[in-house]
Amino acid sequence: MSGTRLGAYVARRVVVLLALLALLSLIVFGLLYLAPGDTVQVLLGTRPASPETIAALRKQFHLDRPFLEQYWIWLSHAAQLDFGTSVRSGRTVASMIGGRAAVSGFLAVYALVLALGVGVPLGVLAAVRKRTAVDRGVVGLSVLGVSAPAFVTAVVLLYVFAVILGWFPVYGAGSGFVDRFWHLTLPALALSLTGLALIVKLTRAAMLTTLEQDYVGFALARGVPARRVLTRYALRNALVPIVTAAGLVLTVLLTGAVLVETTFSLPGVGSLLVEAVANKDVPVVQALAILLAAIVVLVNLVVDVLYTVIDPRIGFGRQAA
Amino acid sequence: MSATAVTASGRPARRARRRPSPLVLAAAVVMGLVLCCALLGEVLAPHDPDAQQLLVGLQTPSFAHPLGTDDSGRDMLSRLIVGARAAVVGPALIALGSGLVGTLVGVSAGYLGGWRDAVIMRAVDLLYALPPLLVAIVLIGVLGGGYTVAIAILMLLSAPADTRIMRGATLEQRARPYVDAARTVGVPPRRIMFRHIWPNLLPLLAANAFLTFAYSLVALSALSFLGLGADPGAPDWGRMLSDNLPLLQDNPAAVLAPGIALVLTAMAMNLLGDWAYERLADRGRAR
Repeated sequence: MSGTRLGAYVARRVVVLLALLALLSLIVFGLLYLAPGDTVQVLLGTRPASPETIAALRKQFHLDRPFLEQYWIWLSHAAQLDFGTSVRSGRTVASMIGGRAAVSGFLAVYALVLALGVGVPLGVLAAVRKRTAVDRGVVGLSVLGVSAPAFVTAVVLLYVFAVILGWFPVYGAGSGFVDRFWHLTLPALALSLTGLALIVKLTRAAMLTTLEQDYVGFALARGVPARRVLTRYALRNALVPIVTAAGLVLTVLLTGAVLVETTFSLPGVGSLLVEAVANKDVPVVQALAILLAAIVVLVNLVVDVLYTVIDPRIGFGRQAA
Repeated sequence: MSATAVTASGRPARRARRRPSPLVLAAAVVMGLVLCCALLGEVLAPHDPDAQQLLVGLQTPSFAHPLGTDDSGRDMLSRLIVGARAAVVGPALIALGSGLVGTLVGVSAGYLGGWRDAVIMRAVDLLYALPPLLVAIVLIGVLGGGYTVAIAILMLLSAPADTRIMRGATLEQRARPYVDAARTVGVPPRRIMFRHIWPNLLPLLAANAFLTFAYSLVALSALSFLGLGADPGAPDWGRMLSDNLPLLQDNPAAVLAPGIALVLTAMAMNLLGDWAYERLADRGRAR
C-alpha cells in the first residue's frame, strides 16, 4: 500500500469521524437540554434566588438563548477545546479534565501493557499446549477474568495485597514516576484483568486456527526452528483478531477505569465522570461524553489502519467500512 | 502418557463430551442455589435483612452472624441471601427484553434483506461500538438515576448483539429447503419468519440469553456500585460492596462476600452459556 493511499484513507475516515462526533455531541447536548432538573438551581447553590441573580446566571451560561444557538455557542467553543466552566467548582472544564488526565493515562497505559504483555503469551501457551492441564487452567482463568467485574477484582486485590500483606498502598495516586508506578500497580492489575481474559481467549482461538495451517506443518517439517515458526509464521497471522481484541480491550479499559478509580479513590477522569453525574455538573458530563466518544472512535480508526500494516492483503475502505 | 492421550481423544472422550463436565455441573449447582435464594430469600435468611441493631453494631463473623454485621448491625448473611433476588430479576429482565428485541429486529432484517437489512445493520453497528456501561452512566446522569432506568438502558444496549446473532442465524435458515417450500406454497413472510424459522433459532437464543444474563449482572451491579443503580440501603450485591467498602479493615467478609457471590454467579452463567453453545455446535455437526 502506498503512503498516499493510506493518507487519503485516513483523511476520509477522519472526516466521517468528525461528522459522527458532531452528531453525537448534538445528541448529548439535546439530552442534557431535555433532562429534568434545572441547571440554574445547581448554579444558585445556597445563594438567595432573586430574579436578578437568576437572570444574570442564565445570561452567563447562555441559558436564555434558543436551543440551537446554545448548541452552536457550545460547539464553536468546544472546537477550540473550551468546554465552558463547571457549574459546581467554577473552574474551566478543560483544566479539570487536564488535571485528572495524567493519572488516568498512566493507569490505562499500564493496564494495556499488562493485558497485552501477559495475555498474548498466555494465549499462545494455551494454544500450543492444547488439551493439557495448562490449557484448561488458562481457559479457566480467562472465564474468571471475563466474569469478574473490575470493582470486585479491585476489592479482592486491595484486601489481599494492601490490607493483609501490606505490600502496596491502600489509596492515593503517588507522585513522581516510581512512586506512581507503585501506587497504581494494584489498580492497573484490577483494570487489566477483564481485558487480559479477552486477549487470552481470542489469542488462543486465533493461534489454534493458524497452528493447523499447512504452512506451519511444512515449516516444521523443513526444520525451521519451532520458536521462529511460532512467532514469525503463526503469531503474525493470528495478529488480526488479536488487534481487533486490543481495540475492544481499550473500550473495556475506559469502562473499567471508572470503576477502579472509584474503588481506589484515585483522582482520574473516570471518577470525575461519576462525580459530575452525581452532582449534575452538565458541562463536565458533556465534555467527558464527547471525549470518551472521540477516544472510542479514534481507537477503531487506529485498529483499522493497523490491520493493513499487519496484513497487506486487507485493502483500505472495503474491509474497514 | 501418550497412550492415554490417544484414548482420551478417541471414543470415550466423545461419549464424555455429551455428559456435562464437572465444572458445568458446579455451575448448575451454583445457579440452583442462587435461584433458591432469589425465590425463598426471606424464608432462608436467618435474620431480618433490613433490621438495624445499632447496639450490636459492626461485628466480625461469629456463630450468630456467619458473615458478621455491617456498621448499623444488619446481618450480612441475610442481606447476601436476599440480595440474590436483585441479582436474578434485573439481569433476567434484561436478557429477556434484549432477546425479544433482538429476535424481532434480527429475524426481520435477515429474512427481508435489502435496504431494510442495510439500515438496521448500520444502526446496530453504531450501537454495538458504544461501551454500554459508559453510555448507561452518562444517560443515567442525564435522565436521573434509578434501577428501572438502568435496566431499560442495558436492555437497549444489549439488543444489538442479539440482533446480530439472530440475523446471522436467520440468513443460514433462509437458505434451507423448508423455507423455500413454505414460500412456494404461499405462506406469508411474517408466518415464515415467526412460525417456521423462529423455533429453529430458539436453542441459540437460549444459549445467548445465559451470556447476556452474565454480562448484565456485572453491568447492573457496577452501576449499583457507583450509586447509579439500586436505591441506597437496598440489599443489592453491588450496592453492598460500595456501602461496606470502608469496613474492609474491620469486617472484610462484609465486602468480600457480595463480591464473591457476584463473581460466582456471573461465572456460572458464562460457563452454562458456553456449554449450551458447544452443545449446539455439536448438534449442528451431527446433523
